[in-house]
Amino acid sequence: MKRLMYLLPLAGFLVIAVYFAIGLTLDPKKLPSVLIDQEVPEFSLVAIKGSDKGFSNADLIGHVSVVNIFGSWCYACLAEHPILMRIKEQNLVPIYGIDWNEKNRDDGPRWLKKQGNPYTLIGDDPNSKAAIAFGVTGAPETFFVDKRGFIRYKHTGPITISIWKQTLYPLVEELRKQ
Amino acid sequence: MKKLLVALIFSLAFSHAYAVEPSEILDDPVLEARAREVSKELRCVVCQNQSIDSSNADLARDMRVLVRERLLAGDSNQQVLDYMVSRYGDFVLLNPPFKTSTYALWIGPGVIVGLGIFAVAAYYRARSKLENTANLQSPTGPAALSDDEQKRLNKIMENDAV
Repeated sequence: MKRLMYLLPLAGFLVIAVYFAIGLTLDPKKLPSVLIDQEVPEFSLVAIKGSDKGFSNADLIGHVSVVNIFGSWCYACLAEHPILMRIKEQNLVPIYGIDWNEKNRDDGPRWLKKQGNPYTLIGDDPNSKAAIAFGVTGAPETFFVDKRGFIRYKHTGPITISIWKQTLYPLVEELRKQ
Repeated sequence: MKKLLVALIFSLAFSHAYAVEPSEILDDPVLEARAREVSKELRCVVCQNQSIDSSNADLARDMRVLVRERLLAGDSNQQVLDYMVSRYGDFVLLNPPFKTSTYALWIGPGVIVGLGIFAVAAYYRARSKLENTANLQSPTGPAALSDDEQKRLNKIMENDAV
């Protein structure tokens, strides 16, 4: 009994070590989305400047689609932009854009003109209405929506080629089969 | 020194500065008070350890405005909080709710304190038992010496006396 008592500090240390090992390796920026397997939230956004068609949740019914939250102010969005352009050029899946939190209504359209426009439709979201409805915490965030208009997956941060090839595109093909 | 003290007092006095901007404030003081109450419960999801009431982040501002719009539309405080939870999960509440996934969080500290009290009590009980058996002044007194022991003691005493 007495000898076991000497092991107590070690046992305490191990418990704390395990907690830290789990706690410190979690990314606090990565939050589980509560929207997975739920219907896309209702939203209706006006078109960005220079375009005449806005974007609402009704546009997502009937086909597998991707909703990408971006902004001209967002550097990480610039990093994933070439990949979005390739997805569009190869016609892999329609990407819908939510132009989030632009200070100026000209900023988004100017950025797209310079970088290219990979989006089927774009909604202007200066007051975070749609962003909050989607539970967005930062840009870019990308949601994968099935034919019924249900959110099935959320990717936080820029899409890289390897993530697209290994996880996201197989997911799109899987959703198409359903 | 005096200047430093004044600076310290001022910085403390204003450390609870609020981020609410004049343009956001509602005309109805009762609704505004409720909006402030709700805002203090909601986490700024960008800065994470601030409420949206005290955060200057763009998203926190938009969330504050949304809270006010919903209150104006007739939502109760709880309905506004529920809406935010339905979008961001429990994480958005600064005060986590008591439910299965948070039992460890709420009960854990109590359990640990209980274990600590138990360990301390067990330690003292064991120690007083040890003292009781060792202490000659104890009420029960030590066990009487056996004959062998008495002989050995006598021998030692004799040797000592020489």
